[in-house]
Amino acid sequence: MSDAQQTIELLRFNTCGSVDDGKSTLIGRLLYDSKSIMEDQMEALERSADITGGGQVNLANLTDGLRAEREQGITIDVAYRYVATPKRKFIVADTPGHVEYTRNMVTGASTANLSIVLVDARNGVIEQTRRHSYISALLGIPHIVFAVNKMDLVDWSEERFREIREGIEAFLPKLNLFKDVKFIPISALEGDNVVTFSDRTPWYEGPTLLGHIESVHIASDWNLNGLRFPVQWVNRPNNPTDPALHDFRGLSGQIAGGIVKVGQEVLVLPSGQKSRIQEIWTYDGPLEEAFCPQSVTLRLEDDLDISRGDTIVGLDPLPGHSAELAGRVCWMNPRPLTAGKKYFLKHGTQTVQAMVTSLESRIDFETFEPKEASELAMNDIGEVRIRTAKPLTYDGYTANRLTGSFVLVEPGTNATVAAGMLHPPAQTYKPEYTDFSI
Amino acid sequence: MSSYHLDHLAYLETEAIHVLREVAAEFERPAVLFSGGKDSICILRLAEKAFRPSEIPMPFLNVETGHEFPELIEFRDRRAEELGAKLIVRTVDEAFEKGLATPTPGQVSRNQLQIPVLLGAIEEFQFDCCIGGARRDEEKARAKERFFSFRDAFGQWDPKNQRPEIWNLYNARLNPGENMRVFPLSNWTETDVWEYIKKEELEVPNIYFSHERECFHRAGQWLPVPPAHEANGKADPYEGARPTEQEEHRRMICRVRTIADMISTGMIESPAENIDDIISEVAAARVTERGTRADDKASEAAMEDRKKAGYF
Ligand SMILES: Nc1nc2c(ncn2[C@@H]2O[C@H](COP(=O)(O)OP(=O)(O)O)[C@@H](O)[C@H]2O)c(=O)[nH]1
Ligand SMILES: [Mg+2]
Repeated sequence: MSDAQQTIELLRFNTCGSVDDGKSTLIGRLLYDSKSIMEDQMEALERSADITGGGQVNLANLTDGLRAEREQGITIDVAYRYVATPKRKFIVADTPGHVEYTRNMVTGASTANLSIVLVDARNGVIEQTRRHSYISALLGIPHIVFAVNKMDLVDWSEERFREIREGIEAFLPKLNLFKDVKFIPISALEGDNVVTFSDRTPWYEGPTLLGHIESVHIASDWNLNGLRFPVQWVNRPNNPTDPALHDFRGLSGQIAGGIVKVGQEVLVLPSGQKSRIQEIWTYDGPLEEAFCPQSVTLRLEDDLDISRGDTIVGLDPLPGHSAELAGRVCWMNPRPLTAGKKYFLKHGTQTVQAMVTSLESRIDFETFEPKEASELAMNDIGEVRIRTAKPLTYDGYTANRLTGSFVLVEPGTNATVAAGMLHPPAQTYKPEYTDFSI
Repeated sequence: MSSYHLDHLAYLETEAIHVLREVAAEFERPAVLFSGGKDSICILRLAEKAFRPSEIPMPFLNVETGHEFPELIEFRDRRAEELGAKLIVRTVDEAFEKGLATPTPGQVSRNQLQIPVLLGAIEEFQFDCCIGGARRDEEKARAKERFFSFRDAFGQWDPKNQRPEIWNLYNARLNPGENMRVFPLSNWTETDVWEYIKKEELEVPNIYFSHERECFHRAGQWLPVPPAHEANGKADPYEGARPTEQEEHRRMICRVRTIADMISTGMIESPAENIDDIISEVAAARVTERGTRADDKASEAAMEDRKKAGYF
């Protein structure tokens, strides 16, 4: 088989952990050792080393792309980098460590399939380690790696590594389940166990960091169970050049869960009408079936009144359908969240008015237990109840990251103030009821 | 299970189509920035995939410095016509006449002057969103930018205060006068773009392929010698951009890797005659594509500063 025929998989990962744990240096190292740094980038790095670094090249400057970041030596916002090895392509999100930039960390982590949490071997597990591990779990990232960094500063001590590992293993059961967890002792600065094995950790028998992320099994990370198709755009040609398309009425969107097949029976929500898939139209020709996350245009056998924000679903399993919702939110605005406030809620392709009816609790990052709270401050995570002006068609976030997530937008400022993850619906949509009511 | 799995190009494609449809659904008056370059060529194919069999529901917009490669203009106009799209062109020269922009003394490059022209066009047509072909792998300030990049009423990007962008839930809400720049190719690399062009059998302007051309050496780059100045009584538009006595010049077998205008595009010596040659060349390259652009060499933060001022 030739190389060209092999499909190359894409893995999206992010680095997280506290300030100065070495996230940006690690990504710089990964780029450097995988020969992904170009000569002009290296020259720019060397020029800035002479000016600001006393002649020392700083690998972190490869991702700290903003002037303010280089001046302060910190990461403020996510940087995305692209690395290709013969085995995989990677989209890398280097996220900031400061608590105040948690919203940017969430931005970078929300689309990742794998999270690398850095821990400074000298400091061990600190609150930010716990917070970022919790957020990675909350976001449903299936794979996690704890990279115990700066091993050069603790004399490559196996004992220290084990101590940190045990500390993390002690709290992991309190988080959602990861599909797999790895612990790797590294030095991002010197490159040990990042791309090449270190001879300074003879006691470590696992893979290098790159070796692990090149081989971890990711094929099943999308939801293929239960068709969910949020209608994004109604596709109705105004002046079709082809007269055969005069009555074309397509529903364009990205499949957010499951598989769709020609002839399949579907339900349109919120109207509750039933129909069948007549055609799966694409620019490249019709398909017999399509799956999450493909973008397609569906045509139904019946001419129903359907618009953006409606959802076409398969009959098994049925989604939740309600205007009373419960879930967790990560709060991202300096003005705190209190119960009773109104927002715009964007879920899938639908934006509705919403009110936070109650704030149930706030997560305490020391214990990972919910605590009673009257408000959520910036970067807090808490349990809320929400009422929406129109019902949402949704799933629990743990079942489907696309149909179980929402954001809140503040009216007026239009600031995105919260990322939300819905709990599984208490009951699913009941189609008999609508048949009866017609 | 493997049959229900997208390879990396198919993944990037579906992500970009989703973004384009969000734009069509969420904005009143969007436009696509179409220069005729390789990235915007991909955007047009993605727009066909997103919106066919309907028409592409937005016009194309291009800002000309007046120093364009003629091959690019010819291609741009033809492609827009083939797609049945409306093409709007606004130029730096018009902006001088209207007083929207003033020439910078001693500065022959009009790269910076594209900013007021773009902002003027946004104002004129009341565009609330412009789709661009920029990619995060091009440059380190772009590596920080969101898919939906918010611009205030002055067209400015505030990199320290970007909206969180979580999952694929793009916040497209604007107040009057504000504007969004949207980048569907955010996650594409230069290699991805060429692989997509190959897969989709897309036509690209012939200056991307190896050809013979008179070039001269300036500031570490080989720049194309501009077309001869016709003695028409007007000032030479390329004054200052022609080789001086001291500057080395010669005929080269070369091509462009990234296209700005003739004044800011470095030519690379290359025998690449077809897409496969280009893909191999990019894979073996040891400098970034932006390494051939004079406009980015101004300083470490050249791109960040231009974006803050309203650049693409
Ligand atoms: N000795 C040592 N220093 C490191 C290592 N990794 C990072 N550093 C240093 O730690 C500091 C913070 O690194 P940086 O990558 O900016 O941390 P970030 O805030 O997590 O992105 C820098 O001075 C790095 O040079 C390591 O493995 N060993
Ligand atoms: Mg950093």
